[in-house]
Amino acid sequence: MLVAAPSAMSITTLQQIANRLAAGECSSVEVTQDYINKINELNKSLGCYITIDAERSLTQARAADARRAAGKAGALTGVPLAHKDIFCAKGWLTTCGSKMLGNFVAPYDAHVVERCDTEGMVTLGKTNMDEFAMGSSNETSHFGPVRNPWDVTRVPGGSSGGSAAAVAAGLAPAATGTDTGGSIRQPAALTGICGLKPTYGLVSRYGMIAFASSLDQAGPMAHTAADLGLLLNVMAGHDPRDSTSLQRPAEDYNRDLEKPLKGLRIGLPREFFGDGMSADVRRATDAAIAEYQKLGAQPVEVSLPNMGLSVPVYYVLAPAEASSNLSRFDGVRYGHRAAEYGDLLDMYKRSRAGGFGAEVKRRILIGTYVLSHGYYDAYYIRAQKLRRLIAQDFAQAFKACDVIMGPTSPTTAFRLGEKSADPVQMYLSDIYTIAVNLAGLPGMSIPCGFGEGGLPVGLQIVGNYFDEARMLNVAHQYQLATDWHRRAPRGVTA
Amino acid sequence: MTLKLDDVRRAAHLARIAIDDTEAEATLAQLDRVFSLIGQMQAVDVSGIEPMAHAQDLMLRLRDDRVTEGNQRELFQSSAPETEAGLYLVPKVIE
Repeated sequence: MLVAAPSAMSITTLQQIANRLAAGECSSVEVTQDYINKINELNKSLGCYITIDAERSLTQARAADARRAAGKAGALTGVPLAHKDIFCAKGWLTTCGSKMLGNFVAPYDAHVVERCDTEGMVTLGKTNMDEFAMGSSNETSHFGPVRNPWDVTRVPGGSSGGSAAAVAAGLAPAATGTDTGGSIRQPAALTGICGLKPTYGLVSRYGMIAFASSLDQAGPMAHTAADLGLLLNVMAGHDPRDSTSLQRPAEDYNRDLEKPLKGLRIGLPREFFGDGMSADVRRATDAAIAEYQKLGAQPVEVSLPNMGLSVPVYYVLAPAEASSNLSRFDGVRYGHRAAEYGDLLDMYKRSRAGGFGAEVKRRILIGTYVLSHGYYDAYYIRAQKLRRLIAQDFAQAFKACDVIMGPTSPTTAFRLGEKSADPVQMYLSDIYTIAVNLAGLPGMSIPCGFGEGGLPVGLQIVGNYFDEARMLNVAHQYQLATDWHRRAPRGVTA
Repeated sequence: MTLKLDDVRRAAHLARIAIDDTEAEATLAQLDRVFSLIGQMQAVDVSGIEPMAHAQDLMLRLRDDRVTEGNQRELFQSSAPETEAGLYLVPKVIE
Protein backbone atom coordinates (compact mmCIF):
# COMPACT_ATOMS: atom_id res chain seq x y z
CA MET A 1 0.00 0.00 0.00
CA LEU A 2 1.30 3.45 -0.89
CA VAL A 3 1.17 6.13 1.78
CA ALA A 4 1.92 9.82 1.94
CA ALA A 5 4.74 10.07 4.47
CA PRO A 6 8.15 11.03 3.15
CA SER A 7 10.96 8.66 4.04
CA ALA A 8 14.68 8.66 3.46
CA MET A 9 14.72 5.65 1.17
CA SER A 10 17.24 5.69 -1.58
CA ILE A 11 16.73 6.54 -5.20
CA THR A 12 18.51 5.11 -8.22
CA THR A 13 20.15 7.61 -10.55
CA LEU A 14 21.20 7.37 -14.19
CA GLN A 15 24.78 7.99 -13.05
CA GLN A 16 24.66 5.03 -10.63
CA ILE A 17 23.31 2.70 -13.31
CA ALA A 18 25.89 3.96 -15.83
CA ASN A 19 28.68 3.39 -13.29
CA ARG A 20 27.54 -0.15 -12.47
CA LEU A 21 27.25 -1.04 -16.15
CA ALA A 22 30.70 0.42 -16.86
CA ALA A 23 32.21 -1.52 -13.93
CA GLY A 24 30.63 -4.73 -15.17
CA GLU A 25 28.66 -5.14 -11.91
CA CYS A 26 25.46 -5.80 -13.84
CA SER A 27 24.19 -6.03 -17.39
CA SER A 28 21.65 -3.85 -19.16
CA VAL A 29 19.39 -6.90 -19.46
CA GLU A 30 19.41 -7.31 -15.65
CA VAL A 31 18.73 -3.62 -14.98
CA THR A 32 15.99 -3.52 -17.61
CA GLN A 33 14.37 -6.70 -16.24
CA ASP A 34 14.36 -5.17 -12.73
CA TYR A 35 12.45 -2.14 -14.02
CA ILE A 36 10.04 -4.30 -16.02
CA ASN A 37 9.30 -6.28 -12.84
CA LYS A 38 8.58 -3.09 -10.89
CA ILE A 39 6.40 -1.77 -13.70
CA ASN A 40 4.43 -5.02 -13.76
CA GLU A 41 3.96 -4.79 -10.00
CA LEU A 42 2.93 -1.13 -9.71
CA ASN A 43 1.71 0.21 -13.04
CA LYS A 44 -1.83 -1.01 -12.55
CA SER A 45 -2.29 1.08 -9.41
CA LEU A 46 -0.34 4.14 -10.62
CA GLY A 47 -1.17 4.28 -14.35
CA CYS A 48 2.25 5.71 -15.30
CA TYR A 49 2.64 3.85 -18.59
CA ILE A 50 0.21 3.58 -21.49
CA THR A 51 2.35 1.03 -23.36
CA ILE A 52 5.05 -1.37 -22.24
CA ASP A 53 6.66 -4.01 -24.42
CA ALA A 54 9.12 -6.09 -22.41
CA GLU A 55 10.45 -8.02 -25.38
CA ARG A 56 11.22 -4.87 -27.32
CA SER A 57 12.96 -3.34 -24.27
CA LEU A 58 15.01 -6.48 -23.63
CA THR A 59 16.07 -6.64 -27.29
CA GLN A 60 17.47 -3.13 -26.93
CA ALA A 61 19.15 -4.14 -23.65
CA ARG A 62 20.81 -7.17 -25.26
CA ALA A 63 22.10 -4.96 -28.10
CA ALA A 64 23.47 -2.51 -25.52
CA ASP A 65 25.27 -5.30 -23.66
CA ALA A 66 26.79 -6.52 -26.94
CA ARG A 67 27.89 -2.99 -27.80
CA ARG A 68 29.55 -2.64 -24.40
CA ALA A 69 31.28 -6.00 -24.84
CA ALA A 70 32.61 -4.70 -28.15
CA GLY A 71 34.08 -1.69 -26.35
CA LYS A 72 31.75 0.79 -28.08
CA ALA A 73 29.58 1.94 -25.15
CA GLY A 74 28.70 5.62 -24.72
CA ALA A 75 28.01 7.35 -21.37
CA LEU A 76 24.41 6.06 -21.13
CA THR A 77 24.54 2.87 -23.23
CA GLY A 78 22.35 0.22 -21.63
CA VAL A 79 20.68 2.67 -19.24
CA PRO A 80 16.86 2.48 -19.41
CA LEU A 81 14.44 5.40 -19.60
CA ALA A 82 10.78 6.06 -20.40
CA HIS A 83 9.44 8.26 -23.19
CA LYS A 84 6.38 10.45 -22.89
CA ASP A 85 3.75 9.12 -25.30
CA ILE A 86 3.93 12.38 -27.29
CA PHE A 87 7.17 11.19 -28.95
CA CYS A 88 6.85 9.02 -32.04
CA ALA A 89 8.87 5.84 -31.57
CA LYS A 90 9.01 3.54 -34.57
CA GLY A 91 6.92 0.40 -34.04
CA TRP A 92 5.54 1.63 -30.70
CA LEU A 93 1.94 2.59 -30.13
CA THR A 94 2.08 6.41 -29.90
CA THR A 95 -1.24 7.75 -28.62
CA CYS A 96 -0.50 11.24 -27.22
CA GLY A 97 -3.01 10.28 -24.52
CA SER A 98 -5.87 10.46 -27.03
CA LYS A 99 -8.55 8.17 -28.39
CA MET A 100 -7.81 9.94 -31.68
CA LEU A 101 -4.47 8.12 -31.86
CA GLY A 102 -5.57 5.05 -29.92
CA ASN A 103 -4.35 2.71 -32.69
CA PHE A 104 -1.49 4.79 -34.08
CA VAL A 105 1.78 2.89 -34.42
CA ALA A 106 4.46 5.46 -35.25
CA PRO A 107 6.13 4.80 -38.61
CA TYR A 108 9.28 6.77 -37.66
CA ASP A 109 11.28 7.99 -34.64
CA ALA A 110 11.18 11.45 -33.10
CA HIS A 111 14.61 13.11 -33.05
CA VAL A 112 14.72 12.74 -29.27
CA VAL A 113 13.96 9.01 -29.48
CA GLU A 114 16.52 8.60 -32.26
CA ARG A 115 19.17 10.33 -30.12
CA CYS A 116 18.45 8.12 -27.10
CA ASP A 117 18.47 4.97 -29.27
CA THR A 118 21.75 6.00 -30.90
CA GLU A 119 23.24 6.43 -27.43
CA GLY A 120 22.16 2.84 -26.72
CA MET A 121 19.57 3.70 -24.08
CA VAL A 122 16.73 1.24 -23.48
CA THR A 123 13.10 2.34 -23.89
CA LEU A 124 11.02 0.95 -20.99
CA GLY A 125 7.74 2.16 -22.43
CA LYS A 126 5.56 5.12 -23.32
CA THR A 127 4.23 7.18 -20.43
CA ASN A 128 0.75 8.45 -19.78
CA MET A 129 -0.02 12.13 -20.30
CA ASP A 130 -2.81 14.65 -20.57
CA GLU A 131 -4.46 14.32 -23.98
CA PHE A 132 -2.29 16.14 -26.55
CA ALA A 133 -0.41 17.59 -23.54
CA MET A 134 -3.40 19.79 -22.66
CA GLY A 135 -3.79 19.63 -18.91
CA SER A 136 -2.08 20.13 -15.57
CA SER A 137 -3.23 17.01 -13.73
CA ASN A 138 -2.99 14.11 -16.19
CA GLU A 139 -6.75 13.67 -15.80
CA THR A 140 -7.53 14.45 -19.46
CA SER A 141 -5.79 11.27 -20.68
CA HIS A 142 -8.07 8.91 -22.60
CA PHE A 143 -6.24 6.07 -20.86
CA GLY A 144 -7.18 7.09 -17.34
CA PRO A 145 -5.49 9.23 -14.73
CA VAL A 146 -2.01 8.79 -13.26
CA ARG A 147 -1.83 8.63 -9.47
CA ASN A 148 0.76 10.48 -7.44
CA PRO A 149 3.06 7.93 -5.72
CA TRP A 150 3.23 10.18 -2.63
CA ASP A 151 -0.55 9.97 -2.18
CA VAL A 152 -2.61 7.94 -4.63
CA THR A 153 -5.70 10.09 -4.07
CA ARG A 154 -3.81 13.00 -5.63
CA VAL A 155 -2.73 13.97 -9.13
CA PRO A 156 0.90 13.88 -10.27
CA GLY A 157 0.49 17.12 -12.21
CA GLY A 158 0.61 17.30 -15.96
CA SER A 159 0.89 17.08 -18.73
CA SER A 160 4.01 14.88 -18.31
CA GLY A 161 2.33 13.20 -15.31
CA GLY A 162 3.14 9.63 -16.31
CA SER A 163 6.83 10.44 -16.78
CA ALA A 164 6.97 12.23 -13.42
CA ALA A 165 5.15 9.53 -11.46
CA ALA A 166 7.21 6.77 -13.12
CA VAL A 167 10.47 8.39 -12.00
CA ALA A 168 9.12 9.22 -8.51
CA ALA A 169 7.89 5.64 -7.99
CA GLY A 170 11.08 4.05 -9.30
CA LEU A 171 9.42 2.66 -12.44
CA ALA A 172 12.09 4.40 -14.55
CA PRO A 173 15.33 6.10 -13.51
CA ALA A 174 14.56 9.01 -15.86
CA ALA A 175 12.07 10.00 -18.54
CA THR A 176 11.53 12.44 -21.34
CA GLY A 177 8.84 15.09 -21.04
CA THR A 178 7.58 18.11 -22.92
CA ASP A 179 6.74 21.55 -21.56
CA THR A 180 4.46 24.03 -23.35
CA GLY A 181 3.27 25.95 -20.28
CA GLY A 182 4.84 24.03 -17.38
CA SER A 183 4.26 20.40 -18.34
CA ILE A 184 7.72 19.23 -17.23
CA ARG A 185 8.26 21.53 -14.24
CA GLN A 186 4.83 21.34 -12.55
CA PRO A 187 4.59 17.51 -12.47
CA ALA A 188 8.27 17.33 -11.40
CA ALA A 189 7.40 19.62 -8.47
CA LEU A 190 4.27 17.68 -7.52
CA THR A 191 6.07 14.31 -7.50
CA GLY A 192 9.36 15.37 -5.86
CA ILE A 193 11.68 14.94 -8.84
CA CYS A 194 13.75 17.23 -11.09
CA GLY A 195 12.70 18.45 -14.53
CA LEU A 196 14.27 20.82 -17.03
CA LYS A 197 12.66 22.71 -19.89
CA PRO A 198 15.54 23.88 -22.08
CA THR A 199 15.79 27.13 -24.04
CA TYR A 200 13.28 27.03 -26.92
CA GLY A 201 15.00 25.52 -29.94
CA LEU A 202 17.65 23.49 -28.11
CA VAL A 203 15.89 20.13 -28.50
CA SER A 204 14.32 19.21 -31.84
CA ARG A 205 10.52 19.01 -32.04
CA TYR A 206 10.69 16.56 -34.97
CA GLY A 207 8.41 13.61 -34.27
CA MET A 208 7.02 15.24 -31.13
CA ILE A 209 3.27 15.52 -31.69
CA ALA A 210 2.63 19.26 -31.92
CA PHE A 211 0.47 21.19 -29.44
CA ALA A 212 1.63 24.84 -29.59
CA SER A 213 4.70 24.90 -31.80
CA SER A 214 6.13 28.25 -30.70
CA LEU A 215 6.10 27.10 -27.06
CA ASP A 216 6.60 23.29 -27.10
CA GLN A 217 9.99 22.13 -25.86
CA ALA A 218 11.19 18.68 -24.81
CA GLY A 219 13.39 18.09 -21.79
CA PRO A 220 14.66 15.56 -19.26
CA MET A 221 13.02 14.43 -15.98
CA ALA A 222 15.11 12.59 -13.36
CA HIS A 223 16.07 12.44 -9.68
CA THR A 224 19.12 14.72 -9.75
CA ALA A 225 20.40 17.80 -11.55
CA ALA A 226 23.45 15.82 -12.71
CA ASP A 227 21.14 13.22 -14.31
CA LEU A 228 19.21 15.99 -16.11
CA GLY A 229 22.51 17.16 -17.59
CA LEU A 230 23.48 13.64 -18.67
CA LEU A 231 20.16 13.16 -20.44
CA LEU A 232 20.12 16.67 -21.93
CA ASN A 233 23.57 15.94 -23.41
CA VAL A 234 21.88 13.12 -25.33
CA MET A 235 18.62 14.93 -26.22
CA ALA A 236 19.90 18.33 -27.37
CA GLY A 237 21.40 19.12 -30.73
CA HIS A 238 20.62 20.62 -34.11
CA ASP A 239 18.14 18.85 -36.37
CA PRO A 240 17.42 20.27 -39.84
CA ARG A 241 13.97 18.61 -39.80
CA ASP A 242 12.73 21.14 -37.19
CA SER A 243 12.80 24.64 -38.69
CA THR A 244 13.13 26.17 -35.20
CA SER A 245 15.99 23.90 -34.10
CA LEU A 246 18.98 26.09 -33.32
CA GLN A 247 22.42 25.61 -34.84
CA ARG A 248 24.82 25.77 -31.92
CA PRO A 249 28.02 23.95 -31.06
CA ALA A 250 27.49 20.85 -28.89
CA GLU A 251 28.13 21.45 -25.19
CA ASP A 252 28.53 19.38 -22.04
CA TYR A 253 25.71 20.65 -19.85
CA ASN A 254 27.37 19.18 -16.76
CA ARG A 255 30.67 21.02 -17.27
CA ASP A 256 30.05 23.55 -14.48
CA LEU A 257 28.42 21.30 -11.85
CA GLU A 258 31.22 21.73 -9.31
CA LYS A 259 31.53 25.52 -9.47
CA PRO A 260 30.96 27.21 -6.08
CA LEU A 261 27.97 29.54 -5.86
CA LYS A 262 29.72 32.38 -4.05
CA GLY A 263 28.54 35.66 -5.52
CA LEU A 264 25.66 34.14 -7.49
CA ARG A 265 22.87 36.71 -7.78
CA ILE A 266 19.44 35.15 -7.34
CA GLY A 267 16.59 37.28 -8.66
CA LEU A 268 13.41 36.99 -6.61
CA PRO A 269 10.54 38.47 -8.63
CA ARG A 270 8.07 40.33 -6.42
CA GLU A 271 5.26 38.81 -8.52
CA PHE A 272 6.32 35.25 -7.61
CA PHE A 273 6.02 35.90 -3.90
CA GLY A 274 2.55 37.48 -3.73
CA ASP A 275 -0.67 36.08 -2.31
CA GLY A 276 -1.05 33.29 -4.87
CA MET A 277 1.03 30.61 -3.21
CA SER A 278 -0.04 28.43 -0.32
CA ALA A 279 1.66 28.76 3.09
CA ASP A 280 3.49 25.42 2.91
CA VAL A 281 4.90 26.14 -0.56
CA ARG A 282 6.05 29.55 0.68
CA ARG A 283 7.80 28.04 3.72
CA ALA A 284 9.72 25.51 1.60
CA THR A 285 10.61 28.13 -1.03
CA ASP A 286 11.86 30.62 1.57
CA ALA A 287 13.92 27.88 3.24
CA ALA A 288 15.52 27.00 -0.10
CA ILE A 289 16.49 30.64 -0.70
CA ALA A 290 17.99 30.74 2.82
CA GLU A 291 19.99 27.60 2.01
CA TYR A 292 21.31 29.29 -1.14
CA GLN A 293 22.43 32.26 0.96
CA LYS A 294 24.39 29.84 3.14
CA LEU A 295 26.06 28.62 -0.05
CA GLY A 296 27.20 32.18 -0.78
CA ALA A 297 24.48 33.39 -3.13
CA GLN A 298 22.93 36.86 -2.85
CA PRO A 299 19.19 37.45 -3.23
CA VAL A 300 18.22 40.43 -5.38
CA GLU A 301 14.67 41.70 -5.67
CA VAL A 302 13.52 41.96 -9.29
CA SER A 303 10.19 42.60 -10.96
CA LEU A 304 8.27 41.04 -13.84
CA PRO A 305 5.43 43.58 -14.04
CA ASN A 306 3.55 41.87 -16.87
CA MET A 307 3.73 38.35 -15.44
CA GLY A 308 0.10 38.55 -14.29
CA LEU A 309 -0.93 38.58 -17.94
CA SER A 310 0.94 35.41 -18.86
CA VAL A 311 -2.00 33.05 -18.23
CA PRO A 312 -4.47 35.07 -20.38
CA VAL A 313 -1.84 35.51 -23.12
CA TYR A 314 -1.05 31.81 -23.07
CA TYR A 315 -4.72 30.84 -23.34
CA VAL A 316 -4.95 32.81 -26.58
CA LEU A 317 -1.65 31.77 -28.19
CA ALA A 318 -1.53 28.08 -27.22
CA PRO A 319 -5.13 27.26 -28.27
CA ALA A 320 -4.66 29.27 -31.49
CA GLU A 321 -1.61 27.21 -32.41
CA ALA A 322 -3.32 24.02 -31.24
CA SER A 323 -6.42 24.62 -33.37
CA SER A 324 -4.15 24.84 -36.39
CA ASN A 325 -1.89 21.90 -35.44
CA LEU A 326 -4.78 19.58 -34.59
CA SER A 327 -6.59 20.24 -37.87
CA ARG A 328 -4.50 17.37 -39.30
CA PHE A 329 -6.63 14.86 -37.39
CA ASP A 330 -9.39 14.40 -39.92
CA GLY A 331 -10.06 10.66 -39.84
CA VAL A 332 -8.56 10.19 -43.31
CA ARG A 333 -4.82 9.45 -43.18
CA TYR A 334 -4.54 8.20 -39.61
CA GLY A 335 -6.42 8.28 -36.36
CA HIS A 336 -9.98 7.73 -35.25
CA ARG A 337 -12.81 7.69 -37.79
CA ALA A 338 -16.44 7.75 -36.68
CA ALA A 339 -18.37 4.51 -37.21
CA GLU A 340 -21.27 6.25 -38.94
CA TYR A 341 -21.30 9.36 -41.08
CA GLY A 342 -22.92 10.92 -44.12
CA ASP A 343 -20.88 13.16 -46.43
CA LEU A 344 -17.20 14.19 -46.09
CA LEU A 345 -17.92 17.20 -43.87
CA ASP A 346 -20.05 15.04 -41.60
CA MET A 347 -17.25 12.47 -41.44
CA TYR A 348 -14.73 15.11 -40.33
CA LYS A 349 -17.09 16.52 -37.74
CA ARG A 350 -18.13 13.22 -36.21
CA SER A 351 -14.61 11.78 -36.26
CA ARG A 352 -13.17 14.82 -34.47
CA ALA A 353 -16.11 15.03 -32.04
CA GLY A 354 -15.62 11.38 -31.07
CA GLY A 355 -11.81 11.24 -31.19
CA PHE A 356 -10.99 14.28 -29.05
CA GLY A 357 -11.77 14.63 -25.36
CA ALA A 358 -13.55 17.60 -23.74
CA GLU A 359 -10.47 19.70 -22.86
CA VAL A 360 -8.90 19.30 -26.30
CA LYS A 361 -12.16 20.29 -27.99
CA ARG A 362 -12.48 23.27 -25.65
CA ARG A 363 -9.02 24.50 -26.61
CA ILE A 364 -9.60 23.94 -30.33
CA LEU A 365 -12.79 26.04 -30.05
CA ILE A 366 -11.00 28.82 -28.16
CA GLY A 367 -8.25 28.82 -30.77
CA THR A 368 -10.64 28.77 -33.68
CA TYR A 369 -12.60 31.65 -32.19
CA VAL A 370 -9.59 33.91 -31.50
CA LEU A 371 -8.25 33.33 -35.01
CA SER A 372 -11.60 33.86 -36.74
CA HIS A 373 -12.47 36.83 -38.89
CA GLY A 374 -12.96 40.02 -36.91
CA TYR A 375 -11.25 38.82 -33.72
CA TYR A 376 -7.69 38.17 -34.91
CA ASP A 377 -6.26 41.59 -33.98
CA ALA A 378 -8.10 41.90 -30.69
CA TYR A 379 -6.93 38.53 -29.42
CA TYR A 380 -4.08 36.92 -31.33
CA ILE A 381 -2.03 40.00 -32.29
CA ARG A 382 -2.61 41.61 -28.91
CA ALA A 383 -1.45 38.44 -27.16
CA GLN A 384 1.70 38.35 -29.30
CA LYS A 385 2.45 41.95 -28.35
CA LEU A 386 2.00 41.17 -24.67
CA ARG A 387 4.26 38.18 -25.16
CA ARG A 388 7.02 40.58 -26.12
CA LEU A 389 6.40 42.69 -23.01
CA ILE A 390 6.69 39.56 -20.85
CA ALA A 391 9.96 38.56 -22.56
CA GLN A 392 11.29 42.10 -22.10
CA ASP A 393 10.50 41.94 -18.37
CA PHE A 394 12.78 38.91 -18.06
CA ALA A 395 15.53 40.61 -20.10
CA GLN A 396 15.36 43.56 -17.72
CA ALA A 397 15.45 41.30 -14.65
CA PHE A 398 18.49 39.39 -15.92
CA LYS A 399 20.47 42.65 -15.97
CA ALA A 400 20.40 42.49 -12.17
CA CYS A 401 20.68 38.73 -11.52
CA ASP A 402 22.14 35.45 -12.82
CA VAL A 403 19.17 33.17 -12.19
CA ILE A 404 15.58 33.74 -11.08
CA MET A 405 13.97 31.62 -8.38
CA GLY A 406 10.48 31.13 -7.06
CA PRO A 407 7.85 28.46 -6.58
CA THR A 408 7.11 26.06 -9.45
CA SER A 409 3.45 25.53 -8.51
CA PRO A 410 1.24 27.57 -6.19
CA THR A 411 0.21 24.44 -4.24
CA THR A 412 1.34 20.88 -3.64
CA ALA A 413 -0.44 18.03 -5.46
CA PHE A 414 -4.22 18.49 -5.44
CA ARG A 415 -6.82 15.73 -5.27
CA LEU A 416 -8.08 13.87 -8.32
CA GLY A 417 -11.24 15.62 -9.49
CA GLU A 418 -10.57 18.71 -7.37
CA LYS A 419 -10.10 21.08 -10.31
CA SER A 420 -11.60 19.21 -13.23
CA ALA A 421 -14.98 20.97 -13.15
CA ASP A 422 -13.53 24.44 -13.67
CA PRO A 423 -11.00 24.84 -16.50
CA VAL A 424 -9.86 28.25 -15.27
CA GLN A 425 -8.90 26.87 -11.84
CA MET A 426 -6.85 24.21 -13.60
CA TYR A 427 -5.19 26.77 -15.87
CA LEU A 428 -4.05 28.78 -12.85
CA SER A 429 -1.93 25.81 -11.62
CA ASP A 430 0.63 26.97 -14.20
CA ILE A 431 0.69 30.60 -13.10
CA TYR A 432 4.44 30.53 -12.27
CA THR A 433 5.62 28.46 -15.22
CA ILE A 434 3.84 29.85 -18.29
CA ALA A 435 5.74 33.15 -18.57
CA VAL A 436 8.98 31.17 -19.04
CA ASN A 437 7.58 29.41 -22.13
CA LEU A 438 6.29 32.67 -23.56
CA ALA A 439 9.77 34.17 -23.24
CA GLY A 440 11.40 30.96 -24.55
CA LEU A 441 13.73 30.80 -21.54
CA PRO A 442 15.05 27.66 -19.84
CA GLY A 443 13.36 26.72 -16.57
CA MET A 444 13.64 23.87 -14.14
CA SER A 445 12.11 22.49 -10.97
CA ILE A 446 13.97 20.71 -8.16
CA PRO A 447 12.59 19.27 -4.90
CA CYS A 448 13.02 21.71 -1.98
CA GLY A 449 10.99 20.23 0.86
CA PHE A 450 7.61 18.93 1.87
CA GLY A 451 4.33 20.65 2.56
CA GLU A 452 1.18 19.62 4.40
CA GLY A 453 0.53 15.91 4.31
CA GLY A 454 4.12 15.15 3.36
CA LEU A 455 3.64 16.26 -0.25
CA PRO A 456 6.69 17.42 -2.24
CA VAL A 457 7.34 21.09 -3.05
CA GLY A 458 9.36 22.19 -6.09
CA LEU A 459 11.70 25.17 -6.42
CA GLN A 460 11.69 26.79 -9.83
CA ILE A 461 14.98 28.03 -11.28
CA VAL A 462 14.81 30.15 -14.43
CA GLY A 463 17.96 30.95 -16.39
CA ASN A 464 18.83 33.30 -19.19
CA TYR A 465 18.87 31.94 -22.77
CA PHE A 466 21.30 29.02 -23.19
CA ASP A 467 22.28 29.13 -19.51
CA GLU A 468 21.37 25.47 -18.82
CA ALA A 469 24.89 24.63 -17.60
CA ARG A 470 24.70 27.35 -14.97
CA MET A 471 21.21 26.28 -13.89
CA LEU A 472 22.38 22.69 -13.47
CA ASN A 473 25.36 23.97 -11.46
CA VAL A 474 23.02 25.97 -9.22
CA ALA A 475 20.73 22.96 -8.72
CA HIS A 476 23.61 20.50 -8.18
CA GLN A 477 25.27 22.61 -5.48
CA TYR A 478 21.95 22.73 -3.60
CA GLN A 479 21.64 18.95 -3.94
CA LEU A 480 25.11 18.49 -2.44
CA ALA A 481 23.93 20.44 0.62
CA THR A 482 20.41 18.98 0.95
CA ASP A 483 18.76 15.60 0.49
CA TRP A 484 15.18 16.46 -0.58
CA HIS A 485 15.85 14.93 -4.00
CA ARG A 486 16.89 11.63 -2.35
CA ARG A 487 13.51 11.11 -0.65
CA ALA A 488 11.23 8.53 -2.17
CA PRO A 489 7.62 7.70 -1.37
CA ARG A 490 7.49 4.99 1.29
CA GLY A 491 6.83 1.52 0.02
CA VAL A 492 7.39 2.39 -3.60
CA THR A 493 11.14 1.98 -3.96
CA ALA A 494 11.82 -1.75 -4.03
CA MET B 1 -17.48 40.54 -23.81
CA THR B 2 -20.01 37.76 -23.66
CA LEU B 3 -20.08 34.82 -26.02
CA LYS B 4 -23.34 33.69 -27.55
CA LEU B 5 -24.51 30.21 -28.36
CA ASP B 6 -24.15 31.00 -32.06
CA ASP B 7 -20.46 31.89 -31.55
CA VAL B 8 -19.87 28.42 -30.10
CA ARG B 9 -21.75 26.74 -32.95
CA ARG B 10 -19.86 28.80 -35.54
CA ALA B 11 -16.45 28.00 -34.01
CA ALA B 12 -17.39 24.31 -33.83
CA HIS B 13 -18.36 24.35 -37.49
CA LEU B 14 -15.11 26.10 -38.48
CA ALA B 15 -13.16 23.58 -36.39
CA ARG B 16 -15.09 20.68 -37.94
CA ILE B 17 -16.32 19.36 -34.63
CA ALA B 18 -19.89 18.07 -34.34
CA ILE B 19 -21.66 19.62 -31.34
CA ASP B 20 -25.26 19.17 -30.18
CA ASP B 21 -27.32 21.77 -28.31
CA THR B 22 -26.64 20.36 -24.84
CA GLU B 23 -22.89 20.31 -25.45
CA ALA B 24 -22.98 23.79 -26.96
CA GLU B 25 -24.72 25.15 -23.82
CA ALA B 26 -22.20 23.53 -21.50
CA THR B 27 -19.30 24.70 -23.65
CA LEU B 28 -20.67 28.23 -23.70
CA ALA B 29 -20.64 28.39 -19.89
CA GLN B 30 -17.04 27.21 -19.73
CA LEU B 31 -15.79 29.40 -22.58
CA ASP B 32 -17.39 32.40 -20.88
CA ARG B 33 -15.13 31.78 -17.86
CA VAL B 34 -12.08 31.38 -20.08
CA PHE B 35 -12.84 34.52 -22.08
CA SER B 36 -13.29 36.58 -18.95
CA LEU B 37 -9.76 35.48 -17.99
CA ILE B 38 -8.50 36.31 -21.49
CA GLY B 39 -10.28 39.68 -21.27
CA GLN B 40 -7.65 40.84 -18.74
CA MET B 41 -5.41 41.42 -21.77
CA GLN B 42 -7.51 44.38 -22.85
CA ALA B 43 -6.42 46.48 -19.88
CA VAL B 44 -2.88 47.02 -21.20
CA ASP B 45 -1.79 49.58 -23.79
CA VAL B 46 0.09 47.70 -26.49
CA SER B 47 0.49 50.48 -29.04
CA GLY B 48 3.89 50.55 -30.72
CA ILE B 49 4.87 47.04 -29.61
CA GLU B 50 5.93 44.51 -32.23
CA PRO B 51 4.13 41.16 -32.00
CA MET B 52 6.43 38.33 -30.91
CA ALA B 53 5.98 34.97 -32.63
CA HIS B 54 9.10 33.20 -31.38
CA ALA B 55 11.66 33.60 -28.65
CA GLN B 56 14.62 33.57 -31.01
CA ASP B 57 14.84 35.77 -34.07
CA LEU B 58 15.10 32.95 -36.54
CA MET B 59 15.85 33.06 -40.22
CA LEU B 60 14.19 30.20 -42.03
CA ARG B 61 16.86 27.95 -43.46
CA LEU B 62 16.91 27.01 -47.11
CA ARG B 63 17.69 23.50 -48.26
CA ASP B 64 18.51 21.96 -51.59
CA ASP B 65 15.45 21.02 -53.61
CA ARG B 66 16.02 17.31 -53.85
CA VAL B 67 14.22 14.13 -52.87
CA THR B 68 15.23 12.89 -49.42
CA GLU B 69 12.47 10.43 -48.56
CA GLY B 70 11.72 7.18 -50.36
CA ASN B 71 8.22 5.88 -51.04
CA GLN B 72 6.77 4.38 -47.83
CA ARG B 73 3.15 4.30 -48.89
CA GLU B 74 2.37 0.90 -47.41
CA LEU B 75 3.90 1.75 -44.05
CA PHE B 76 2.13 5.10 -43.84
CA GLN B 77 -1.20 3.74 -45.02
CA SER B 78 -1.09 0.96 -42.45
CA SER B 79 -2.49 3.44 -39.87
CA ALA B 80 -5.21 4.82 -42.16
CA PRO B 81 -8.86 4.05 -41.29
CA GLU B 82 -9.75 2.98 -44.84
CA THR B 83 -7.65 2.48 -47.98
CA GLU B 84 -7.99 0.65 -51.28
CA ALA B 85 -5.46 0.13 -54.06
CA GLY B 86 -3.06 2.53 -52.34
CA LEU B 87 -5.66 5.29 -52.06
CA TYR B 88 -7.32 6.82 -49.00
CA LEU B 89 -11.07 6.26 -49.08
CA VAL B 90 -13.50 9.05 -48.15
CA PRO B 91 -17.22 9.60 -48.86
CA LYS B 92 -17.98 10.63 -52.41
CA VAL B 93 -17.19 14.34 -52.89
CA ILE B 94 -18.38 14.90 -56.47
CA GLU B 95 -21.75 13.53 -57.51
